[in-house]
Amino acid sequence: MNVLVHLTYLGPLVAAILILFGFAPRRTAITGAVVGLISSLILFLGYDHAAGGYQFTSALALVPAWDLKFYVGVDGLNATMLFLTSLVALAAAWMSPRTEENLHRYMACVMAIAAGAAGAFASLDLFFFYAFHELALIPTFLMIGIWGSGNRQAAAWKITIYLSIGSIILLVGLIGLYLMVPDKDRTFDIVKLQAMAAHAVFTGPSANWVFLLMLFGFGTLVSLFPFHTWAPQAYAAAPVPVAMLHAGVLKKFGLYGLLRLTLPLMPEAAHNFTWLLLTLLVGNIIFVGLATINQKQLDLTLGYSSVMHMGYIFLGLATTNLIGVDGAALLMLAHGLSIAALFAISGELRKQTGTLDYRDLGGLAKSMPLLSFLFGLALYASIGLPGFANFASELLVFFGAFKTATPGAAFNGYQIATVCALWGLVISAVYMLRAYRSIFFGDRPSRWANVKDVTLGLGWPVVLLLAGLIVFGFAPQAVLQKIEPGMALFWK
Amino acid sequence: MNSAPWIILFSPLLAAAVIVIATQPFKKLSSYVSVAAVAVSLLFALTVFGSPDQDVSFNWIDLGVFQVRIGYLIDGFSKMMLLVVTGVGFLIHVYSIGYMHDDRGRSRYFAGLSLFMFSMLGIVLANNFIMMFIFWELVGVSSYILIGHWFERSSAADAANKALIVNRIGDFGFMLGILMVWSASGTVMFGELTSKWSTLGLGAGYATIAALMIFCGAVGKSAQFPLHVWLPDAMEGPTPVSALIHAATMVAAGVYMLARVYFLFAGSAAALAVVLWIGVFTSLLAALMATQQSDIKRVLAYSTLSQLGLMVSAVGLGVPVSALFHLFTHAFFKALLFLGAGSVIHSLHNEQNMWQMGGLQKKMPLTFWTFLIATLALSGCPPLAGFWSKDGIVAAAFEHNAAAGLVITVINFFTAFYMMRLFVVAFLGSARSEAAEHAHESPPVMAVPLVLLAIPSLIAGFPPVEHIFFPMAEEAGPSIPAMLVSVAVFIAGIGAGFVLYRGKNSDPVSIPLFANRFYIDQFYSVLVKWTQDALAGVAAFVDRWIIDGGLVRGLGGTTWGFGFALRFLQIGNLQAYAFLFGFGVVLLLYLILFAA
Repeated sequence: MNVLVHLTYLGPLVAAILILFGFAPRRTAITGAVVGLISSLILFLGYDHAAGGYQFTSALALVPAWDLKFYVGVDGLNATMLFLTSLVALAAAWMSPRTEENLHRYMACVMAIAAGAAGAFASLDLFFFYAFHELALIPTFLMIGIWGSGNRQAAAWKITIYLSIGSIILLVGLIGLYLMVPDKDRTFDIVKLQAMAAHAVFTGPSANWVFLLMLFGFGTLVSLFPFHTWAPQAYAAAPVPVAMLHAGVLKKFGLYGLLRLTLPLMPEAAHNFTWLLLTLLVGNIIFVGLATINQKQLDLTLGYSSVMHMGYIFLGLATTNLIGVDGAALLMLAHGLSIAALFAISGELRKQTGTLDYRDLGGLAKSMPLLSFLFGLALYASIGLPGFANFASELLVFFGAFKTATPGAAFNGYQIATVCALWGLVISAVYMLRAYRSIFFGDRPSRWANVKDVTLGLGWPVVLLLAGLIVFGFAPQAVLQKIEPGMALFWK
Repeated sequence: MNSAPWIILFSPLLAAAVIVIATQPFKKLSSYVSVAAVAVSLLFALTVFGSPDQDVSFNWIDLGVFQVRIGYLIDGFSKMMLLVVTGVGFLIHVYSIGYMHDDRGRSRYFAGLSLFMFSMLGIVLANNFIMMFIFWELVGVSSYILIGHWFERSSAADAANKALIVNRIGDFGFMLGILMVWSASGTVMFGELTSKWSTLGLGAGYATIAALMIFCGAVGKSAQFPLHVWLPDAMEGPTPVSALIHAATMVAAGVYMLARVYFLFAGSAAALAVVLWIGVFTSLLAALMATQQSDIKRVLAYSTLSQLGLMVSAVGLGVPVSALFHLFTHAFFKALLFLGAGSVIHSLHNEQNMWQMGGLQKKMPLTFWTFLIATLALSGCPPLAGFWSKDGIVAAAFEHNAAAGLVITVINFFTAFYMMRLFVVAFLGSARSEAAEHAHESPPVMAVPLVLLAIPSLIAGFPPVEHIFFPMAEEAGPSIPAMLVSVAVFIAGIGAGFVLYRGKNSDPVSIPLFANRFYIDQFYSVLVKWTQDALAGVAAFVDRWIIDGGLVRGLGGTTWGFGFALRFLQIGNLQAYAFLFGFGVVLLLYLILFAA
């Protein structure tokens, strides 16, 4: 059974390699993605939350002297992330163009991103956790630079610089973490590292430094304010599958790292820098939220909005209580599905009209009823309306933040940040509804009279992503109960 | 556990799902599915009406340390509301079959209507704040969908956006209030809170702010000043929608919620005073605006605002049951007024300007007579429904707060006045347009609901009827002086309206301030432009030129390493990347091994 975890990244990875060796790109990629999806679905459903702990583990010792292993396995958290990865990967493969210059390389890159993301989430070894993420980043940069649109060179350059610097800072932080362990116990094993947290290994002044390095390293990868400016332009320029995979999945790596390593290992340092995180995340929500309102193109609006929504996940993480971090984990899934759906839709829209500029578009609901309907659902999810998983997650984040309060007392920092986050819900309604209004409603300029609607044959992956949001929106407990045991080890 | 409430709740959701997934291409079938679903809800609401009170819930989210529950609270309030929502809702669904007969988007319309029923019933049944908030937001969405039904019209699309955004502003406060209540008490269940809240020993400031934040939700949903601006614009939706959502049920949700959680307000005189005066102020403002509108639906919209203000002020006066009683009677005659207006609009080929109507008495007798009944009921004509329910509020006002009582009396005068104006101009005199010349009575599917709504508009206020639906009402006994004042005000208002507007072809009175809604909408658009949009512009500028420009251009432009990286990108050399990646891995191992 343990082969299942390996299949989640091997499916896409083998597909990528086969494509480079000349196999039919589209069919091979989709097959690889389906293998990944099936195995991750079995893992997710098969994870026994009553038993808890890491399951489906398998390890191959590489350098026993340093305790470096190729070690994979799942608990509820990364089983959920693997499910997200493989679902978005399948959708991204399907939404990839059928004809493209160097289609083989294109599809191989898409699958490499998926494989890297899945490998990073599956790894329980620090080294491979980091290395798989790098594996996913490189094709991301390449694809934006080569197959992107608009100002693709500049966007690719910027994302490369930012994320490389972020990765290096993170690397230094991870090395620091490794070195904090007493010589004889040093290990790359994430499970062992987590167990050490109980013995207060990661405390003291050096913990503060390591914490900050990891916070800013992971944070840059997640577009934490003010290190976020790479994101909107990169997503606007990126080919559709890359935007879906990066915004939907790969970006969650940083959050996953914070949730898996930084926060549980260094609660003391986390407590010391709560004020910092709260300040920055309000920047994500309010500052970036306002900047989103000012955007004139759908792709930039979506890019900015995805930066803004990271603020809600950060708020959940900052609470460091069970309600908040559970909410954050669920929101990682929910945001991933909804932003992937939105980028897929905007890609189809661009394919039909050649523009995403609000000033050029209008009244398209008339010619594209299905696309307009799907966009509506994705929008409702994105602005956090009930019925979609985003709502349940944000609800938990807010309650988690208020859990920190002294009953009946004046507001603390968490609560003030929550007030901002609640106002952010108004802001997100403003920009998303304006976008919907200007693209799909009102007068239809005559040149859009013959625009074709998306078919279900093409659009079913979007339907699948939205169905996921609705299922987990109605039954969030299905995910929460899986995540719960892993979280309850560190938080209450 | 009684499954009837679940059937009431989920039957419309099922209908909405069936329409979206299966029956979309078959418009007629879609409408029947939707009507059948609400009929099922109505039948089960009747059975629940006779059943004992219950408070049942299950865990929707369970984190061990924290639960979110979904459940139902069946008591006097919810039994009454279930009947109003499903009863009025059923009639309006039936009416819609006729009204929307030629509409291309009929399936979408009925799916929206069913989604709305589901959401509204969820609010009614909710036994805790979180569940209420969930359905509260869903009601907002379904209203958005239905207001924007004719999305090709820019005005409808804008009105839909306005409604949802303004409601979200209210919900901002509502959620904050819920969080404050939970953080202070550790529960969101109405049942527990009722007994617990007053014993918590909270500071007066905290309790008052929490209550007022909750009130924000009602201000948004029940369109009270300063968030009232969305409701008149919501008239861009199809008329049956206006009748159901923007007159009889959804906008009353705020009042229902306030009555439900009255215990939060009971202990805070300051909170009650704010509620009272927001209600009174909204009511007066809206009544004055109504006197100068010429769109038949807009007059009714402002009158709805005004009546909602009265209900809210009743809560502020400490008589939430009177507020619900007025909600109850108002639902019937206001739905009837809108459906009557819809019948006229339909017959006059979408003419909504009442100065283009006239002379409809003979051509549309059924609409004419039912509309007259509703007009009198709303104006407070004894012994019709509105007379009794308003009387409770007027009496309470004079008992607790004479100033409020005086203003409410003035409001009641204007109510009778503008309703008479509307009636005289739209129905009496001679036809003032081609369309009005050729008006004809609406088909039975539309006319029968009018008659069925006229009956409760006549009798729903009688004390014996009141007693059936409001067994919890304390017997205050009729207040004779208040009644005399009400009758005098009714006669004066009706008389003034009749005398001033009989036989007129254009409005003899012109008060631009009222006609232009006190310029509040204009003020808001300037406000939004100079606050939110200006800030958005500044934020985008700073983001682009300072945060981004400073960091990247400063760093990236000068360092050779990035130029190197860029060259790789331009070449797009996979091998180079593979090499770089391998190099990074080696570097990592080196650092770990030898840096130690």
